[in-house]
Amino acid sequence: MLLTSYSIMMIMMLSTIIMMLATMLSKKQIEDREKSSPFECGFDPKSSARLPFSLRFFLIAVIFLIFDVEIALLLPMTIIMYTSSIMMWTIISTAFLLILLSGLYHEWNQGSLEWAS
Amino acid sequence: MFKEIFGLFIIFILLVIFVMVGVAFLTLLERKVLGYIHIRKGPNSVGFIGILQPFSDAIKLFTSEQAFPFLSNYLCYYFAPVFSLFLSLLVWFVIPYFTGFISFELGLLFFLCCTSLGVYTVMIAGWSSNSNYALLGGLRAVAQTISYEVSLALILLSFVFLVGSYNLMMFYDFQVYIWMIFFTFPLSMVWFTSCLAETNRTPFDFAEGESELVSGFNVEYSSGGFALIFLAEYASILFMSMLFCIIFLGSDINSMFFYFSLSFLSFMFIWVRGTMPRFRYDKLMYLAWKSFLPLSLNYLLFFLGISIYLFLLLV
Repeated sequence: MLLTSYSIMMIMMLSTIIMMLATMLSKKQIEDREKSSPFECGFDPKSSARLPFSLRFFLIAVIFLIFDVEIALLLPMTIIMYTSSIMMWTIISTAFLLILLSGLYHEWNQGSLEWAS
Repeated sequence: MFKEIFGLFIIFILLVIFVMVGVAFLTLLERKVLGYIHIRKGPNSVGFIGILQPFSDAIKLFTSEQAFPFLSNYLCYYFAPVFSLFLSLLVWFVIPYFTGFISFELGLLFFLCCTSLGVYTVMIAGWSSNSNYALLGGLRAVAQTISYEVSLALILLSFVFLVGSYNLMMFYDFQVYIWMIFFTFPLSMVWFTSCLAETNRTPFDFAEGESELVSGFNVEYSSGGFALIFLAEYASILFMSMLFCIIFLGSDINSMFFYFSLSFLSFMFIWVRGTMPRFRYDKLMYLAWKSFLPLSLNYLLFFLGISIYLFLLLV
């Protein structure tokens, strides 16, 4: 465990070192107002980039959240199989998956998967 | 004790170095293959017939000037590529060697964690540059990656049900007599497509659609940051090819054939890039949610039944 954490730290250090190295190697900076402004095909940026936002992306993230939670519930199932009653396991997992599937079809039917409406 | 620590350390260093070298030659392969697809030569003069091209590319990238966008959140902007490379190198720990390396009992879970975290780096890279193109590219990349992650995890789960373990070594035991690709061919194709979408590769490269967003989420990045993002992307391509070989193509990591099929799959990524036009974004979302997700869920149910049958057969 300790060895693993050391090696994870080592990889973190390695990627940081590469980035630092790049910063040090590319020290021939010529400061320029235009160069350090956000790239906008030759125009000056009119407004902050962070204001406009399409809500579709947020809704997709919400749907993803539901499915990810369900995947998190599905993950231990295969390991549980070896230590539990196979009858109960079959019933529960099949019921869970069927509910998941019908939930997906319901979402589809209600049109929450439509991208452009 | 000291010997073990030292040995593991050396193995890690070797792993990281060889992944890096592999990435370097993957970029050369990509340029060369794309060149021949476009009926031109590709890089053919640096070193011996262009062998040293990736190294000169690296030197060029690392010594070019670094930009400091003054509207950006600089700390996030600076460290997003670092984390991106860190995650793509970290995920290589699950490589299922029999001796001398970490034995991951839950290797596939680790893989899922690392790929999920990969979303954040793209998002932070896009958001912190504070440019319209970068933000749009980042948003698209996040929506696409999380959508395909669901189907990716579900496909993976159906194999986990079949094999009965998250350990990647078990995949070798399971595929001694027949490879997975022969009896789950449609699922393997769906997995490959999801991999393409997950690594933001070409038919689905909306994160950097250069005809609409100049270069997507990495517009503002120059020398080092761009190089690290690039390295991370190609390392994850190599990793995805390796995972495909492990899950579907026999997983015999000690044979030479494994590495040939690994490079063939990396070649497939590039081949797809050379031939396919870019998809449409709404179609991409429909493909993920209305086609791949129901399919992988139904397959999961099917494999659940098979695994119960196998279990009853064995007990």
